[in-house]
Amino acid sequence: MSAEFVQLSLVPLLIGTLAAMACAVPGNFLVLRRQALMGDAISHVVLPGIVAAFLITGRVSTWPMMLGAAGAAVVAVVIIELIRRIGRVEPGAAMGVTFTAMFAGGVLLLEQSDTSAVHLDVEHALYGNLESLVWLAADGWASLGDRAALADLPPELLRMGMAAALVLALTALFWRPLKIATFDEGFARSQGIPVRLLGFGLVVVAAIAAVAAFDAVGSIIVIAMFICPPAAARLMTNSLERQLGWSMVFAALAAILGYVLAGYGPGWIGSPHAVSASGMIATISGLILALACLFGPARSRLSAPSEP
Amino acid sequence: MAARQAPTLAASDGITRSAAPDAETAPGPLAIRGMTIAYGEKPAVFSVDMSITPGSMTAIIGPNGAGKSTLLKAALGIVPALSGTVTVFGRPIGEMGRRIAYVPQRASVDWDFPARVQDVVAMGLYRELGLLGWMRPRDRERVRDCLERVHMAAFAGRQIGQLSGGQQQRVFLARALAQDADLYLLDEPFAGVDAATEAAIIGVLTALRDAGRTIVCVHHDLSTVSAYFDHVFMINVSRIAEGPVATTFTAANLQATYGGRLLAAQIRDLGLGDVPRPDAPCPAPLRS
Ligand SMILES: Nc1ncnc2c1ncn2[C@@H]1O[C@H](COP(=O)(O)OP(=O)(O)OP(=O)(O)O)[C@@H](O)[C@H]1O
Ligand SMILES: [Mg+2]
Repeated sequence: MSAEFVQLSLVPLLIGTLAAMACAVPGNFLVLRRQALMGDAISHVVLPGIVAAFLITGRVSTWPMMLGAAGAAVVAVVIIELIRRIGRVEPGAAMGVTFTAMFAGGVLLLEQSDTSAVHLDVEHALYGNLESLVWLAADGWASLGDRAALADLPPELLRMGMAAALVLALTALFWRPLKIATFDEGFARSQGIPVRLLGFGLVVVAAIAAVAAFDAVGSIIVIAMFICPPAAARLMTNSLERQLGWSMVFAALAAILGYVLAGYGPGWIGSPHAVSASGMIATISGLILALACLFGPARSRLSAPSEP
Repeated sequence: MAARQAPTLAASDGITRSAAPDAETAPGPLAIRGMTIAYGEKPAVFSVDMSITPGSMTAIIGPNGAGKSTLLKAALGIVPALSGTVTVFGRPIGEMGRRIAYVPQRASVDWDFPARVQDVVAMGLYRELGLLGWMRPRDRERVRDCLERVHMAAFAGRQIGQLSGGQQQRVFLARALAQDADLYLLDEPFAGVDAATEAAIIGVLTALRDAGRTIVCVHHDLSTVSAYFDHVFMINVSRIAEGPVATTFTAANLQATYGGRLLAAQIRDLGLGDVPRPDAPCPAPLRS
């Protein structure tokens, strides 16, 4: 049993948890800045960047793709600013135009080029391939100390781990200015905080998390994890530090519970087919949000008469 | 015009004293030259000069829409000016942000943000703590002290949106206090604040002034100008008058600032004597 667990479930569990947490952390700020759909938008915007990276390198590998994605995010932000300034339209409209146009560009690029050798297909994009990330060289917990077996770990684990570490480190480093700029932009400016640059950096960090997670677990998890754990965590506390902690707990909980339920749940009700782990993880995160809405201690403010 | 030197205060007020400013040589805390600001066609502030005396407590008075808030915002570089220059302690504003604390008339923040009162005040320590500096026990102590000075310590753990308007205003004043600035720009700090709190706030501001800091307040209550402030700046789009309260806060200047909106009887109630008729020679300034 333990050998089978380490072989088949340990790595997907770890990757799922890391992906969920990497998205949930910047998600806290995106939700507070009313940019929650940015996660969705990013997964659209980065498509041309990913395809371009693939066309240039000829391989599906995470780092060039992340660079391409980050580059696409930069281009998107610049275009949005230009449209806003020149066209004098509201930011929402500028974003909408930019995101759909870039996504369409990505699809065109994908169709025009020979990417048939890779599985850049819809199914993969939505659900990822969490279940296939197995560690066949392992034969039990002892393998964690076995160099030869460790070398055979799916490379996605290291990538996701590094992306998660990068996201966490950047969030920790810029925590204070991010918090101040999100709460009170005018005051943040007066304190010499580069508000625009910071907002832009947040989008780039979210893009890093999104692209890394997208590769391993698909865009359903990305969208769900950007929004559900932070939104549920907001209902648990009135302190941003604690909110971050709760969001990470919720993200991990959703990933682990979702994976286990997807693998074993159908068996418990007599069905021979496992369901998609990504879909189940997203469902659990939605359930957590629903429970937080019903029982979260800091939810009273929603019904309280709001001060102008 | 030397700043009023008030007797020193007890050391327990939590303010470090800066060296007494030398009004002759030291550059003024805030100097504005030829400032014109327009939102649309019509200027909100027209060709205004302002020269704040070091260590003074100045009231900016004028009717609604006179451009008081606009002038403060332009001084801080929040709204762009059509023309004019601003220097803070002799330097451009961009280099001097650390020495200024500003409390807006109405804070435009995300009231639903997961921040408690103490978290908001702690934001005032950002310049000192920087990116990664830990909140040490004495920083927490300082946050608590700033809250106590505005009588808000009991609300330290309350979410910021769950306060009354006057309480919110006091939290932002506490954040400004935590900044430990040399120049305080406050836009109507007494609006919507009860009498006991007003007395507490004026006590805090006076203590700051007596410690050598400079205070500039937009103020609406003409009956307390003489009691609270030593200098006054009167504006109605253009500058009407500026100087020590004793010589500048006169019936003639009030009439010029408020025009017909201020009744002669109201001016009389301020103890400033009769309103001059336009053709009559200006009377000698009356002391309040
Ligand atoms: N954001 C803005 N856009 C357009 N016009 C503005 C804006 N802010 C202020 N104004 C106009 O500029 C003028 C000065 O406004 P300001 O807020 O400086 O007045 P104030 O002296 O602070 O008044 P109050 O005593 O009511 O606070 C007013 O006529 C106002 O209508
Ligand atoms: Mg105003």
